[in-house]
Parts: sequence; C-alpha cells; structure tokens
Amino acid sequence: VRHRCAGRGRLARLTCRLWPRPPGRSSARSAQRAGLHVTADGFPGQFFRLRRAASSSRFRAVQSRRGDAGTDGRTDGRQAAAPDCRCAGSAMSAPAAGEKMEIHSQMVERLRAAFRSGVTVPEEFRRTQLTSLMSMIKDNEDQISEVLHRDLAKPKFEAVLSEIEIVLNELHYAISNLARWMQPEYVSKSLATKLDDCFIRREPLGVVLIIGPWNYPLQLLILPLVSAIAAGNCVVIKPSEVSGATESLVAELIPKYLSQDCYTVARGGAEETKALLENRFDHIFYTGSQAVARSVVQAASIHLTPVTLELGGKCPCLIYGRINIAAAARRLVWAKYFNAGQSCVAPDYVLCTKAARDALVPALREVLEEFYGKEPKESPDFSRIVSDRHWTRLMELLKKTSGKVVVGGEADQEDKYIAPTVVVDLQGDDALMAHEIFGPILPILTVESLEEGVDFINGKEKPLALYVFSDESSVVKTVMENTSSGGFCSNDAIVHMTLPGLPFGGVGMSGWGSYHGRWGFEEFSHRRACMLRGWALERLNGLRYPPYSSEKLKWLRWTTSPHSCSLM
Amino acid sequence: MSNPPSPSPTRWFKALRRTRLGEPCLRTYPLECVDLLRRARIAFQAGRTLKECFRLTQLEALVRMLEEHECDFVDALGRDLHKPRFETVVFELITVKNEALHAITNLKKWMQPQPVEKNLSTTLDECLVISEPLGVVFIMGSWCNPVQMCLVPLVGAIAAGNCALVSPSEYTVHTAELLHRLIPFYLDNECFHVILAGISDLPEIVELKFDHIFFTGNKEEGSKIAVAAARTLTPVTLILGSKNPCYVDQNCDVATTVQRIAWACFHNAGQSLTAPSYILCHTDVKARLVQALKCCLMEFYGPDPRESRSFGRMVNLDIFGRTRDLLWRSGKVVVGGQVTEAEKYIAPTVLTEVAESDPIMQQEVFGPVLPILSVNDVDEAIAFINKQEKPLCVYAYSTNSKIISRIMQETSSGSFCSNDCILQSLMVALPFGGVGACGMGSFHGRYSFETFSHRKASLLRGTRFECVTYLRFPPYEDRNLSLMTWACALSQKSQGWCQIL
Repeated sequence: VRHRCAGRGRLARLTCRLWPRPPGRSSARSAQRAGLHVTADGFPGQFFRLRRAASSSRFRAVQSRRGDAGTDGRTDGRQAAAPDCRCAGSAMSAPAAGEKMEIHSQMVERLRAAFRSGVTVPEEFRRTQLTSLMSMIKDNEDQISEVLHRDLAKPKFEAVLSEIEIVLNELHYAISNLARWMQPEYVSKSLATKLDDCFIRREPLGVVLIIGPWNYPLQLLILPLVSAIAAGNCVVIKPSEVSGATESLVAELIPKYLSQDCYTVARGGAEETKALLENRFDHIFYTGSQAVARSVVQAASIHLTPVTLELGGKCPCLIYGRINIAAAARRLVWAKYFNAGQSCVAPDYVLCTKAARDALVPALREVLEEFYGKEPKESPDFSRIVSDRHWTRLMELLKKTSGKVVVGGEADQEDKYIAPTVVVDLQGDDALMAHEIFGPILPILTVESLEEGVDFINGKEKPLALYVFSDESSVVKTVMENTSSGGFCSNDAIVHMTLPGLPFGGVGMSGWGSYHGRWGFEEFSHRRACMLRGWALERLNGLRYPPYSSEKLKWLRWTTSPHSCSLM
Repeated sequence: MSNPPSPSPTRWFKALRRTRLGEPCLRTYPLECVDLLRRARIAFQAGRTLKECFRLTQLEALVRMLEEHECDFVDALGRDLHKPRFETVVFELITVKNEALHAITNLKKWMQPQPVEKNLSTTLDECLVISEPLGVVFIMGSWCNPVQMCLVPLVGAIAAGNCALVSPSEYTVHTAELLHRLIPFYLDNECFHVILAGISDLPEIVELKFDHIFFTGNKEEGSKIAVAAARTLTPVTLILGSKNPCYVDQNCDVATTVQRIAWACFHNAGQSLTAPSYILCHTDVKARLVQALKCCLMEFYGPDPRESRSFGRMVNLDIFGRTRDLLWRSGKVVVGGQVTEAEKYIAPTVLTEVAESDPIMQQEVFGPVLPILSVNDVDEAIAFINKQEKPLCVYAYSTNSKIISRIMQETSSGSFCSNDCILQSLMVALPFGGVGACGMGSFHGRYSFETFSHRKASLLRGTRFECVTYLRFPPYEDRNLSLMTWACALSQKSQGWCQIL
C-alpha cells in the first residue's frame, strides 16, 4: 500500500515523470509561506519524541493512510492542472509531518523499492530531476540567501557566489553532459576477443546517503546530490542540524521539487544520524570532520558499504621567492576570511620566510581594512561563527596560543563574532597548529628555506588543499612534486574547486574519493565490466579445455604472446 | 581506538610464545611488520618510487621473475592445490605477465598529468589532474589464485608508484614461501616486502595504518578487514567471493555452453572467485544440459577424474570438509560426488533438485560442485538473481541477444559476461571489481593504477590579471555580483567557460 510505484514499471515511470514538475511561482510562494510555518516547530528535540511515538501502531496506521492519500493525489494530478496545486500543498504538509513519523528503516526500504522498480535508470528521469532541482534553486534564490544569512550571517554576495552559482553551474554541466557520461565505454580488445563486445557500463549503486556539513550547508549538500541523481541513485539527504535554518528549508523544498519516491530528507542531530547509519546503504557520502568520519566509516564497514569522505585538514599556504606581496595578500585574505574562515579549503596557516612575513603583515592589515573597513564587525561582508560551541573553541585557541596577535583578536560572544585575526611568532607545536582552525584566525609560521617548508608540510597529515604563492615557476613545481594533498593551487586559493572538470577530494587523512562533474558521476556509479561473446570459433576456444597437453599450452602461449592479448 | 597500535610488550610476548610453541618458523609477526612498514615508508618518503624509470625497472623485474621461475611456480602451486601446469601458466603467470607488460607499455601515458577543460577565468592558467602515489599499500591475496591475486594488484601498486606489503594467503604455504623467497631477489628491498601472516593476524596488521588496503578473498574475512581498516580511516578495495549465477536459456548451443561452463567451473577444482556457482536453466533445456555435462566431464577428465592430470585438489582439509558437507546436505548428485579425504579430492559434481533453501545455495562455495536450478522463463531468472545479494559476476548463455541484454540491464553485479565465463575478469582493459555485498573498488590495467593513485586537482595560476580577480573581493558590491552572475549565465549557455572570476 505504502509504495505504489514499486510494482508497476510503466505507470510509475509516467507518474514520476509528471510529478516532479515544480509548481508555478505563485503557488510556490504561498506554499513556502505555509511551509515556513510548518518548519517553525521542526526542531530536533521534537523530532526525537515523535520518532519514538512513531513506533506505536496507531501512529503507523495514520501514517500509512496519509501515504495513501499522497499517492492518490499524485495520480489524480495527471488529469488536470488544478489538482496539481492541491497535490503540491498536501504533499508539502504530508512530508513535513510524515517524515518525522517515518522510521529510518522504512524510509530506506521505500527508496530501495523505488530503486528496484527502475524509475531512476532512464536518462529523461534523471534529466527531469536535475532540471527541477535547478528550478528549485532558481525559484528560491532569495529565500536561500536569507536562511544562509540567518545561519552564518553569510553576505548575499558570498551566498550567491559560493552556494547558488556554483550549484547552478554544476547542474548545467551535469545536464549537458549526462547523455555522454551514460554511454557505455568500449575498451580496446585483444586478439582473442576481437569478435566480442567489451565495454564498461556505468550503473547506479542503489540507495545512497549524503551527509552534509554546516559551513556551506547548501553547496556541499547539493553538489553530491547532483552527482548522485545524475548517476541514477535514490538518495537520502541529511543536512547538518547545526545550520538549522538551511536544514529546514532543504527539508521543505526537496520534496516539493524532486520525486518523493526517490529522494528524501532525513533530519536530526547526532542521535538520529547514528540511527540512520544502522541501515544498509549502497554508498555513503560524508562531508565533515575527522572525528565523526571515523564513526561513519565504522558504521559503514559493518555493512561493507563504500564511503566517500570529504574531510578538512590544515591546508598550508606557502609563500616563497619572488612575489607580488600586495596581490598575494589580497587573494589570501579573500580566501581565508571568506565565510569567516569556515571553509574546508581555506588556507589554514601561512609558511613564509622572516622577510616575507615582515612585508606580509602590513599588507594583510591594509587589505583587511580595505575589505572590511576599520571595524570588521560593522561590515556587512563578514560572516559570523556558526555556533557558540565553535566560538568558544576558537576563543580558547586564541587564549592558548603562544603567538602574538598582530591584527584583530576582538570578539563578541553575543554576536558570535571573531574579528579577522593574524597571529605571528608561534612554534610548530602551538595550540593553533594542533587541529584544523576553521575560523578567521591566520597563524603565520616562518621557515628558513623552501626545503624546510616542504618538510614541514610533509611532517603533517596530508591536507585537502595546498597553496603556493610565488612568481617563480620552479618553486611552484618543487612544491607540487614533493608534497601530497587533495588539491593544489598556485597563486590563488579555493578557486581550484570551482572548476567542474577538476576532481575535488582529499587524500590520506583529508578523506578519499572525489566529486564534481564527471568525477562525482563516477563516484556514484558502479563500473561494470561487460563482455558479450559470440558462439563462433569454438575450435580456437578448445585450446583452453582439459585434458591439458603441452601442445595446447604451446599454442596458447603463442597466441597470447603479442602484448595486447589476454587469453583465448 | 583512534591511535594506531604501538609495539607493546604483549605483542612481543605473543611473538615469543608463538616461536616457542614451534609453529612453522617462516612467519612474519606483527612486530616485524611494523619494522617493514617503517622501512617502506621511509623509502616512499625519500621519493624512490616517484620516477618512471624506477617503476619500469620494477615491473620488468617482475616479468623476469615469472619467466625465470616458471617451473618453481608450477611446482609450488602443484603442491598447494595440485594445480595442473597448464592452469598455473595460463591463469597465474600469463595473466600477471600480460598485466605487467600492459602497464609497462602504458605507464608513460598514465603518469602524464591530464589537462581538463578550462573556463574563462582560468584560460590563461594550467588546470591539470595529476596522479600521485598514495604511499604504502597492503595487498592481501586469496588462496584461489595465489599468484594472480597477489601480483596483479602489485603491478598496479608499482605502476602507481607506491610501496607495498604483500601478504599471500597462508593456505597456499608453498606459493607464499616461494614469493617470500623470490621477490627480494627481483624487486627493491626497501619498497616491497612479502609477509607471511595468518588470516587471524591480518586485521591486526591492517591497523598499523597503511594508505590503502587491497583484499581479495571470502566475505567473512573481508568484513573483518573492512572493520579494522575503518578504525584507522584507511580506504579499502575489497574483492569478495559471492554466488555467481549463470543463466542458460533454451535457445543456445548446449554443447558449447556446457564446455565453457564446465571449464570455468571445474578448473582449479572450482576454487575461484569468478567461477559460476550455480546454473539457472530453462526447464526445457535442463535434461539436455545435464546429459551434455556428463559427456563433457567425461571428455575433460576421463572416467575417473582422480586419475586425471588436469584436475586439481582442495587447498586444505577445512575447505574440503566444508565443501563435502555442503555437497552431502543438498540436492541430488547426478554426476560425480566421490570424495577422498586423504587426497582432499572432490570429484566434479553436478547437483540437481536443489532447493533455494539448501545450504549449498546459502553459502559461498569454493569447490567443484555445481548445482542446477531450473526456472520457467527469463523473468523468473532475473527475479531470482535480484533476490540474492549482488554477485561478483553474472553469466548468461543464449543465442537470443534480447535475452542477454535484458539480463545485463536488469541485474546488477561486479561484472557481466555472456556466452562465456571468467574471461571478462582476465581482460586487462576491463575493470574487475565488486559492488554491494561482493566488495568495492576495482582493479586490472588502468583501473589498478587508478585504485592506487590519488588524483590531485591542480590549478596553476599566475599573479597577473588582478584586474579581473578584484571583482570577487569585498567590500562586495551588487554591481560586481550581477556582472559575475551574468558571466556565469553566459558561460552556462556556452558550456561552462566561466565561473568565479
């Protein structure tokens, strides 16, 4: 009863193709207003209570009845445009309430059934979903900037640039390349398989879980979602509960725009995530911190689930050799204090020579004033720290450090504000150098030579990104070849992750697996080797059958001796 | 739990105690592994493996090893698995050699940084994807194809520029010892080490923290390895055994089908990850199939397969006993069924009237036992296959290409082959790996190289053109924003040539 699409291929495909059409602008707006009202009480605490209540049978009955109404509404929706609106309304209130009731395992089961029915496989379906995801972003641009401002005081400019445009770009890229990516890839054949078809098919994995972080609550959640949809998977989306406003908005919008059978939003804090991870998924995509990653991977290993981890790490920024200090300072400041330093690819610390440091500090001071004015607190262009906990953590780091604060250092707990801060004169074992800073504090360490800098970087865990500022290409080359990191960018920072053609992902302790563009599609696909053989040449085949003889072996050796041949 | 275990006194004690009990003395203890790992790591950090010529030399040495010691390998495998010379050469040596030669030919191409398409803001910069080695990797091979399963991944690891510790299975003692003895003569002594460890020690060794773990074998051990690797946040590639279905349609050339299946199923006495585990045949063809199988087995192995020099033995008494019990507890034997415990011999056996609930359909089987189940049509076969965990391979035999493509499209598995078996797993150009319950990741050829490489996104910019970059700096102005969104919209229309300026 609960899942009608599962059994019937054609009808399900039809309804799903019809269903995800986004409602018109006016109806969307009214729905949003109502949606905000619904989500106002959607806090994790209540969620927890409700989840427990959901185990009572009475509750389940209500739920299944509602689910029924939902699907009925959907099939009705085919007949006229008017019911479409009604259906959108009912669907919107249903998932907000219904989602809480839904026990995780049931949710995963529901998605799995949808996946088994094969609705996600055709290209048109994926394309429709991606298109409606695009209209979801476009229709609600203002709302998105607003919730981001509420969570992180993110300036509109940053929100548009780092959350909205980048997602739209990825969507465009995916939509225009989808057909090409889905093509089977034919491989070169050996002599023995000349008559056969050998190719690699990209097949969807099944039900995947995407766990997003709070620092770019939309971008880092939707980009993997784009890849997962493009690869034809069903997805459970788990936005971070720390950025609550965005979480609510995502939970409200996704069911409205995307097929509810295939994509669903799970909400809640650490407890819920833990419970969610007890289910078997076919892939888990986690972005966040190392500590949580460990428990995610451990939970996944029980079910032998492959995981993609996008973690942070202390991204070094090496400044060495001949360099235009002013330009470097501008790019560095922009990258570091973008989103108040809460980016996984933000430069974490600077390594430079003493002379360069003496030139850099005044340049940084100047650029900071130019960017954020004399009082960065007043600037509308500077974000805030996401939560009290993180504010306290950062302030403690500032207190513990033995370095000297040369710029900034002011803070305001009420506002969760920490000024853009630069710290100098610190040692490698300083408190600031122990873990990823993830805030607007920039320590500057000095090294004597390039080798020392490279050694220092290699002495730490592999970072997610590594930046070098230098006009000398030999310096850039040396650093690039002698260090290891997830990504590498010279004379700029962060920008390397905006190219959909480049893979984005970590190595070692900064994670594994990569995404963006084609790489994300591959990450969420299984590459299935397929070989279609014919019936001909059985005589030749006979060489490999027992009873074995040295005569046969000689022939086989001869046929396989050319370099491109495996086995008859 | 977060820290990698350090060499503690208890480990010392364990090592000492084992030695005193007089277990086989050729054994690497976790403590030695710590030392080997340290040596490999130092060698890696010194950049020994980075150069192309180093990798080529190592690969060539590996090929030389296989050529010069063919007889030793044949002998060792003969003692471990009673593997016929033919099978050893074809499945173990030629496969690895091809793999290595393929890597040697293509290494330069693989190592080259790949340029990617640029956008407006980066037209003047270099955008590259650089493959860099991961570090020290740990390779554990299964006992089914002990040489192939250790050395094919090793070829990938060498080609990608990693250092490696290789652990051949302890079941195939002679092969493991042979590798342990030979590899130091041919490969670099600091970078590559063979360890002889028991299966129970492996999780402990995995926890020493490698940069990648590669495991082939059965599911139970695989999950232990995965759990141990998760504790240290290490990426893993798992190739696990599973029950590989083989569908035989009523429209097919029965004689040829049977030959291909029998060969795949009974080579190495059925001990293979990729061999078909059961036949799902159309009811109409069942009788003919069984009859043809009987004839075919007679032709292959003679009236008494025990006498045949082309038929292998079970690797040890554990596996022998397990397979025998499964055989006795399920279905009806139509061919074979004889067992000789002293020789660890199980005759090529075909079972019919097997129910889905029989033990032989529930567990992984590494042995020469082939159950035949019948289905009424292809839909039922697909439903049956999809009801089970995702297998490593799906095979289908039919002359009707529609049926083939239906099975291919409607089932999911690590790999697929129609009208033949196993060959897809030996192709250098095709990735071979699992999905779902039969593992993750893939290897062979280029895919091994990628498994053992990290693809580093690199953007090499200049400091010029500050006039364009300034648009993105604060204080943010609406004018700049609209300019940038305009550029983005423009670029989306013409295939993404611009993003953040």
